[in-house]
This record gives sequence, C-alpha cells and structure tokens, in this order.
Amino acid sequence: MAEAEKLESTAEWSLAETRNFYALLYTTNCLQELRKLARVRVVDNSALGRAATVAGKPARIIHVYNKQEVACLGDKVLLAIKGQKKRAYVVGCKQKQQPNIPRFDSNNVVLVEDNGSPVGTRITVPIPSALRAKEGDFTKILSLATRFV
Amino acid sequence: MALLAQLARGCTSKITKFPIEVAASTICVHHFSSRVPYDTYNNTKARRARELRPRRNYLKNDDVEKHRSSFLQDKPVLEEDVDQQPASVPRDFRHVMPEFLPNPNPLMRDRISERLERMDMYQRRAVIDIPEFYVGSIMAVTMADKYAPGKQTRFVGICIDRGGHGLRANFILRNYIDGQGVEILFDLYNPTLQKIEVLKLEKRLDDQLFYLRDAPPEYSTVPFDFQPVPLPRGATVPINSIKVKLNPRPWLERWERMNLQGIEDLELPEKFYIRAKAVAKPWEKYDLMKQYRASVNDDEAATIMKEVLSKTGTTKRMGGQQKISLRKGR
Repeated sequence: MAEAEKLESTAEWSLAETRNFYALLYTTNCLQELRKLARVRVVDNSALGRAATVAGKPARIIHVYNKQEVACLGDKVLLAIKGQKKRAYVVGCKQKQQPNIPRFDSNNVVLVEDNGSPVGTRITVPIPSALRAKEGDFTKILSLATRFV
Repeated sequence: MALLAQLARGCTSKITKFPIEVAASTICVHHFSSRVPYDTYNNTKARRARELRPRRNYLKNDDVEKHRSSFLQDKPVLEEDVDQQPASVPRDFRHVMPEFLPNPNPLMRDRISERLERMDMYQRRAVIDIPEFYVGSIMAVTMADKYAPGKQTRFVGICIDRGGHGLRANFILRNYIDGQGVEILFDLYNPTLQKIEVLKLEKRLDDQLFYLRDAPPEYSTVPFDFQPVPLPRGATVPINSIKVKLNPRPWLERWERMNLQGIEDLELPEKFYIRAKAVAKPWEKYDLMKQYRASVNDDEAATIMKEVLSKTGTTKRMGGQQKISLRKGR
C-alpha cells in the first residue's frame, strides 16, 4: 500500500499511474457472471452473430430471464446485437461449474427467434451433455449441436 | 563442580559451613514460589479454566480413541493390526495416493469421519481401478450419462489440477475441442464414473497448470483417440520439462508473480518484475512452522498409508500403468 499512498500524495496523475493505482485496489479475480452488459460469443452459424464478431462488437446481454438476474447454463437472455434485440440461450459458461459439468473458455450463446426456433442451422462448438435434460424449446437447439461433452 | 556433585549426592555433612548451601536453599524457595508470572506464553489462569470447562457435544479425541481400542469392544481396532502385513510403504506414497491423507488444517480434522471416509474409499477402489496419476498426465474418464445414446460419455484431457481430501478428492481435465477450450472437474470417488484411464503417465514442472488457459491451444489439445503410451515396468514417472509460451497479456492471473517453472520468459516490461519481487515472500520456504501446519506429519501419514496399503493390497507401485501396458500387450 506504500505505493498507493505515494500516488495519492502526488497532485497530478498520469493515466498509467491511475491504472496502477486501481490495479492495487482490485486484487480479486473476476467472477465471470453473466449479468446485464456482459459480452457473449454467438456460437451458431447465423449471419447476424458472425457480422457482430467481424465488426468487433460482440453481443451484449441486456436482460436475463430469471429472478437472480445472473444467467447460468441453459438460461434465456435478451441480447443487443448489431442494433437489434435478439433472444438467446446460454450453452456454455466461463464460470466455475459443478463436478462433471464442463467449463468453457468463453461464454457461449445460441440465437433464437421470438417463437423459439433457432436462427442458425449448426452449432460449431461442443455443447454440455447436461443440457439434454432440458425440455421444450431447448430440444430444437440441441438438434443443431455437432458434438456433446 | 566437586561441591555441586556432593550436593547432588546429598553429602551435606562436610559443606554445611560453605555459603553454597544457603544458595541452594534459596534456589529451592524460588522454584516453589515461582517468580515467573503465569501469563508467560499466554498460559493465563482464565485460559486454563476455559480449557478445563466441559463443552457440550464435545468428545476429546484421546478419550474416544481409548474406548475404540478397548478390549471390551467386539473387534478393537489396534494400530498393531494395521501393521501385521509386511507391506513396505513406497517412498513417495504421499504423491501416489494423496487423497488418503486428511486435510492438514486442524480445524477441519475429525479422526472418526476420516476413518469412515477411508472405509468408503476402499469399497469404491474395490469396484473401480483408480490409477496413479499426476498433474500433467493425459487421462480419459468414462462416466454414466443417461441422456447420451450409449448411456455413457468419455472425456479425454490433460490433468491441470488435483485437489480435495478424502472422498471429496477431485481433478480437472482440460482439452481443446473444435476451437473451444473445455475443462471438466471430476470427483475421484464419484460412483457415476465408470472408468478412469491414464493414457500417458507423466509429470510437469509445476503443481498446477492453470496457465494453459492463457496459452495457445496446441498446448492443451489432446485427440479423443489418443492411444495409451506404455511405460516400462518399474520405471520412474517421467517429468515433461516442456516450457509453455503464453499468449501476450491480458491474462487471467499474474503469472509473473507465481514463480512458475513450466513457462517461457514472459517478455514483460521491467516494472512487472520489480513489483513481483516486491510482493514475493522468499522467506516462506524457510518457515518451518508454516510447512508443518500445511502438511500432515510423517508419523501420522505413515500410519494411514500402512492401513491403506493393507486394505487396498496395492503394495506395488503404478498399478494402473501396469494394467495399461498389459492391455496393450494383449
């Protein structure tokens, strides 16, 4: 904390010094929770998802359809993508998972239309096998999957 | 010295006139009156009273142990019973089956539950072959999955971490599938696991390989049809001294502060290393008390592992690896 005090005593901070100071304040790891404004990766082959990735502006969660307001595996979210509002299902999380449930290196979602049918025709990454327990609209998404882990 | 020796023998007749006897008596008086205050070493009157006060729902372990080994019991469990078999404890048993050792944290210790858990672990090991493995070994796990077409799924990956104690022991496998890093944490004694295979038995230079998350995919890619690599019988476990080249920052953690052996030079600006040196604690490796608290003491570990070896019958090292080589030879 000696360096933080030293930084505080200086009247004018450079940008780098400010960054160093905040780096000292925040020492815990990110929780990787899928809350509002979290960036996600669209993993189906829809043109919309690919366009958002190419433009360098990945989709953002703007609403989570559960009471906790934190999306977990299999939850439905509302995305802001390329100036549109699209619904999507979370099919892979970066957060720590229960035993036997895979943890992925990115937060993956699959876009769906308002009526529940998927936008894309194929999912390019492995899908957690535990999602096969889900019923309803989810079976349409699972039929697009190429591989389960 | 001669005078002192005489004093000790009790021959006081000759030295009654010497002042030394007076000195000796004063020493005795001082000893009994105890000029040293009680609260030295935090041994206060209140603390001793607190320790003597009976607590609710609390049994001293010594008392329980005494009753457990009493001959009035049907089958008293004695330490000699455990020692009957001339099973030689392997030198590195702590690393071969580390999950049998209890949590070294004294607040987490409970001898009865540890023994019960070990009994459950023997029962599980009688059903499934849990081979010797280390962080860095390439493994395959087959688990029951009622939604899968064949009612089972198989996951292959490199072990990046191993932890937990007793029945809660676990390990993490990592792989890179279809351009996506995937990790699964498995409980070692989970009854839904059908088979645990070690495809390539080896160690790495570090105890945890979490930095593979910040490394290029080729370092954690393992094909699902990876063929088992046999190891000669009785050979030592090879150490893979590969150095991983990490991606440029940003990273998930500050790897430069962790004294990792298995990564290449990180090529950071000088200020990162200065800061890493400032927050490093190089004296901790000399802190004997810290090491003592962080590990189960050798005597207790040896007692536990003798029991383990007599119950599981795995007196030979590397049971799993030998079975793989046999399977390969068929």
